[in-house]
Amino acid sequence: MLDIDIADLKRISEFIYQKYHYDFRNYAMSSFKRRVLRIMELKKLSVEGLLKKLNDSPPFINEFLDELTVNVTEMFRDPSFWRVMREEILPAIMLNHKQFKIWHAGCSSGEEVLSMCIMLKEMGVLHDVTMIATDLDVNILERAKAATYPIKNMELNEKNYIRFQGTKSFKDYYQEENGMAVFNKDLLMNVSFRRHDLVVGDIFNKFDLILCRNVMIYFNQTLQNEVLKKFHESLFKYGYLAIGSKESLIWCDYANRFIVVNNEEKIYKKIKD
Amino acid sequence: MKKISLNNSYKAVVIGGSAGSFQGVVKILAQLPKGFPLPIIMCLHRLKHVRNGFVEALSIKSVVQVTEPHDKENIKKGSVYLAPANYHMSVELGHSFALSTEEMVNNSRPAIDITLSSCAFVYKEKLVGILLSGANKDGALGMKHIHDRNGLTIVQEPTECMIDTMPKAALAATEIDYVMKVDQIVEFLKELDKQYR
Repeated sequence: MLDIDIADLKRISEFIYQKYHYDFRNYAMSSFKRRVLRIMELKKLSVEGLLKKLNDSPPFINEFLDELTVNVTEMFRDPSFWRVMREEILPAIMLNHKQFKIWHAGCSSGEEVLSMCIMLKEMGVLHDVTMIATDLDVNILERAKAATYPIKNMELNEKNYIRFQGTKSFKDYYQEENGMAVFNKDLLMNVSFRRHDLVVGDIFNKFDLILCRNVMIYFNQTLQNEVLKKFHESLFKYGYLAIGSKESLIWCDYANRFIVVNNEEKIYKKIKD
Repeated sequence: MKKISLNNSYKAVVIGGSAGSFQGVVKILAQLPKGFPLPIIMCLHRLKHVRNGFVEALSIKSVVQVTEPHDKENIKKGSVYLAPANYHMSVELGHSFALSTEEMVNNSRPAIDITLSSCAFVYKEKLVGILLSGANKDGALGMKHIHDRNGLTIVQEPTECMIDTMPKAALAATEIDYVMKVDQIVEFLKELDKQYR
């Protein structure tokens, strides 16, 4: 049976950092191990084989990143989260700002971005929002821009949308073409997709709301700390940060600069610079 | 079935279950000795979109309140944990939980194989793995990993299971130390508890 020890995982992340400047050295070990094993199995490579391929074939790094990063998302995941967004968080932002900015950090294939756009459209404020969606994986950003997903995923997405209590029929938002659900591109009109690495990337803008759900669970606590600092700096005072329902920031250094707005849905508000 | 002389070196108990396992889990938790010294880490198949209700249902008769851990939460002795809906649950080397939203494994998230295998990796021979009733083969590979790392393996007696696919898959995949009815599992845990008194 294929297995890999911690020392080899460290060799791999160190090598990638030295050669390509992607930094996985502070990724959570259990999932990083599973992801690397998955690539080794998929490509039929040993540890040495993997290192050799990473060294000899630079284009392989993109494929590697695409497999390494977790790109499993669904639209309107946790419908209760989206209801709180619609009924509490966005109205609170709109009380003070006619126009506002949202950052989807680690947007993967774009399902959350699209969910946000659908919700904003139903609220009649899609035009007032500027959205930036980032990921470190260029391949997945192309998929997010295409807003085209296998039709088989729509059953779950539609169930979530119904639980979210959207005002339309979910099917109104896409056309079926060759087994794919092609979403209406107008939904993404105010979204710009950019490659950005949360780990080594700089602060690039200020936002009223940052969504980063189920991304930092792949980081260790050292890295979570650093990324939370970046989010803190990227938020306007009284801006909001949403993370996954089973994530927690309470052990981060910057936690005391936020208050919990909704503990069930893990929505935080920056209260101190 | 071989006789293993129990001792107090075990550090954790991990339980996997699916269809038909709920009653068994409830019974085990209800009859757990007070002050049971080890953490009990459970991965039970559950509806992906129902976040609430399961821990409450399991806690009603349980001696210890069952909780769904947050990512990075430290594992405490004597606590009972349940993998949350729509997340895989692993254990890290520092004895904390790691949650993930990776692809489904064996059509499941949480997947029993992921929880069991990560526990096997971390606790090695100091782990007791228990696999209950279920309708698919999730958990079989995890039990193999526990056995391969010299942990102790128990499956529910297939004839007692509502659906015996899961324990049978484990029996086919690896050497299982004990095949037990739920009542015997309860007795086993009581016996284990005594080693720490």
